Amino acid sequence: MSPGWRLARAIGRRLATVGRWLRAVSGDDAYERYLTHPARAHEGPVLDRRRFYADRERRKWGGISRCC
Amino acid sequence: MKKITGLLLAAVGAVALGGIALHRHEPINALWIVTAAVCIYALGYRFYAAWVAARVLSVDPSRATPAERHDNGRDFVPTHRWIAFGHHFAAIAGPGPLVGPTLAAQFGYLPGTLWILIGAVLGGCVQDMTVLLLSIRRDGRSLGQMARDELGPVGGFAALIGTLLIMILLIAVLGLVVVNAMKHSPWSTATVFATVPVAMLVGLHLRRLRPGHILEASLIGVALVLLAVWGGGWVDAHPHVRGLFDWSSLPLAGFVAAYGWIAAILPVWLLLAPRDYLSTFLKVGTVALLAVAIVMLHPQIRMPALTAFVDGHGPLFGGKIFPFVFITIACGAVSGFHALVASGTTPKLIASEADVRLIGYGSMLLESFVAIMALIAATLLDPGVYFAINTGAGVVGSAPAAAVHTISGWGFPVTVQQMQSLARQMGETTLFARTGGAPSLAVGMASIFGSTFGRGFLGVWYHFAIMFEAVFILSTLDAGTRVGRFMLQDLLGHVYAPLGRTSWYPSVLLSSTLIVAGWGYFLYVGVIDPNGGVNILWPLFGIANQMLAAIALSVASGILVKSGRARYAAVTLVPLGWLALVTTVAAWQKVTSADPHIGLLAAARALAAHLAAGTLPASAAAVAPQLIFNQRLDAWLTGLFTAILWLVILDMARVCLRRLRGLPVPASAEVPYQAARPRPPALGAQWPQEDRG
Repeated sequence: MSPGWRLARAIGRRLATVGRWLRAVSGDDAYERYLTHPARAHEGPVLDRRRFYADRERRKWGGISRCC
Repeated sequence: MKKITGLLLAAVGAVALGGIALHRHEPINALWIVTAAVCIYALGYRFYAAWVAARVLSVDPSRATPAERHDNGRDFVPTHRWIAFGHHFAAIAGPGPLVGPTLAAQFGYLPGTLWILIGAVLGGCVQDMTVLLLSIRRDGRSLGQMARDELGPVGGFAALIGTLLIMILLIAVLGLVVVNAMKHSPWSTATVFATVPVAMLVGLHLRRLRPGHILEASLIGVALVLLAVWGGGWVDAHPHVRGLFDWSSLPLAGFVAAYGWIAAILPVWLLLAPRDYLSTFLKVGTVALLAVAIVMLHPQIRMPALTAFVDGHGPLFGGKIFPFVFITIACGAVSGFHALVASGTTPKLIASEADVRLIGYGSMLLESFVAIMALIAATLLDPGVYFAINTGAGVVGSAPAAAVHTISGWGFPVTVQQMQSLARQMGETTLFARTGGAPSLAVGMASIFGSTFGRGFLGVWYHFAIMFEAVFILSTLDAGTRVGRFMLQDLLGHVYAPLGRTSWYPSVLLSSTLIVAGWGYFLYVGVIDPNGGVNILWPLFGIANQMLAAIALSVASGILVKSGRARYAAVTLVPLGWLALVTTVAAWQKVTSADPHIGLLAAARALAAHLAAGTLPASAAAVAPQLIFNQRLDAWLTGLFTAILWLVILDMARVCLRRLRGLPVPASAEVPYQAARPRPPALGAQWPQEDRG
């Protein structure tokens, strides 16, 4: 493997990490994580994507989640 | 190795601070300030924060956190520390650290810089981290609940009332900042207005088209908002369309209040949630861009280290450097509001107690750095230009010639031509008396961005900066009105039970109207005040915010003493003592000072005397009775804040003394120890690449 190729792969890995971080911070991947969550099996029926995000937003804005 | 790095940091920091100290009488470079800040933060984080976490708070990574114990994949979710850091920083960072340092620059760059650095490292960051850990140990309870459990009902009630009042003042003063940025500026107004339909489009996209595709929707929204900045320029250039967006401050204040009311009763998915995605992306992106630009451009600071206004006669707001610099800069140094976030959503995300240093202390360090950058952006302007933008017409007169004459007379030369050509470059008709801090920060940011990334687009950069501030001011306004509504419904529920139901429409309408009327009143008075209103409202907000910080630090000190760690209580008692001192002295001066420039009652008396003698011009005489009433009301509010503050401190002292004498005190609400799972499985799946060192 040439050094240039190795560098490109390292940069690619970093960018992928940043991408995953952005998805996690923004909540983009929240539904996938909900589906694979171990506790979900014990709860009631699975929420669909739309309901899940509606529920998530309602809880997020029910309390103090932003500051000055 | 750790010691060598520490020594190196200390050496570089000392050189940078020395550089700042030695260059007192000549312009210094902003890099000195950035270097000193970064070194002080690194030292604070590596040594003080680590010591506080280990010794004072006895952080224990082997102890299960609420996120692990109640893990349900929804509100309790063990989250990787860098993701939790992102969440927490997005939640605490608002417009506060941009406005306060800009206003405090009237004293020179040195007082603000020192207070932001020292206040954050020893006060604000410690408060955030401590409250976060205490809440983690109590299943994520809120500050109000902790105050009630650990001190008694008095502390709990004081925290609730304090939070509600601070929310109302905060929204009013931020609304005023936006109104002052938009008045008679069609470009700014059109751009800011356009962000509302853009947010709604993003909301519809997320609700109807592709639910949950937040990144994609936010990117579309950010692109549209940037287009709106450019489109605002087209509006401004168009002879007819321009008139549609050219408003004076009173109708603009009406729009802002109506907007706040509608946003509070609309479903969150339509406006509040999508606007928040936009503002978070813009906020983080712009802050990063500003940091890069400041380092690349490394501008000279043109404001002197100290100005003559430390004596108390500053044109932006009255009062001596002590205590008013510590009141004006709350967010960025110590912000009581953070205690509400640190005891809200964040504790439910923490995977391990070991993470509180990064998330509690570290996020606040970053916020403090935002304040430092705002200070740099304000002080790199020509001081004459800074004062011409930020001084109200009531102080220097509304005629440009008179204003520049007065300001030049203070020793900060500026000319009408200079201001006119600056306004033309920024795409504005005038920049005189645009109080509130946002426009001068936008001019500073535009000159940094313009010099770094292209000189030709100053007008676009200026309005980008205005839009950036307005977007997250309006986010705070939406979210704050909504939270205020919930708190009020909670209170009203004790009077008549159905009013406490958050989804009962009559209660929603009533409580939203009451909250908007509350801040709308202060916004209205601020708008009609010829001095700009910010000079009165901002100190009041600062006092309220520091009061909330003092409540949080009191709760923390009480818990430290109760849990047998009285010998370490100085860690929270020293910042508490300092805040109690500055808040009380400031409140005392605001109420009792005989100087109408500082004392609220003295100002009311002076205005009443002018009104009675008939020496006021007709326009001023018409609004004088309302201003007089408001100044008296503000004096009472200031007194109320001080009373709440001392009530909580005395309550804390009572509990501590009882504990030290061996008398019974309220039992600790700490959840008993439960061992953490050796390696939480959710983390491995969620963040496969990184090692949790």
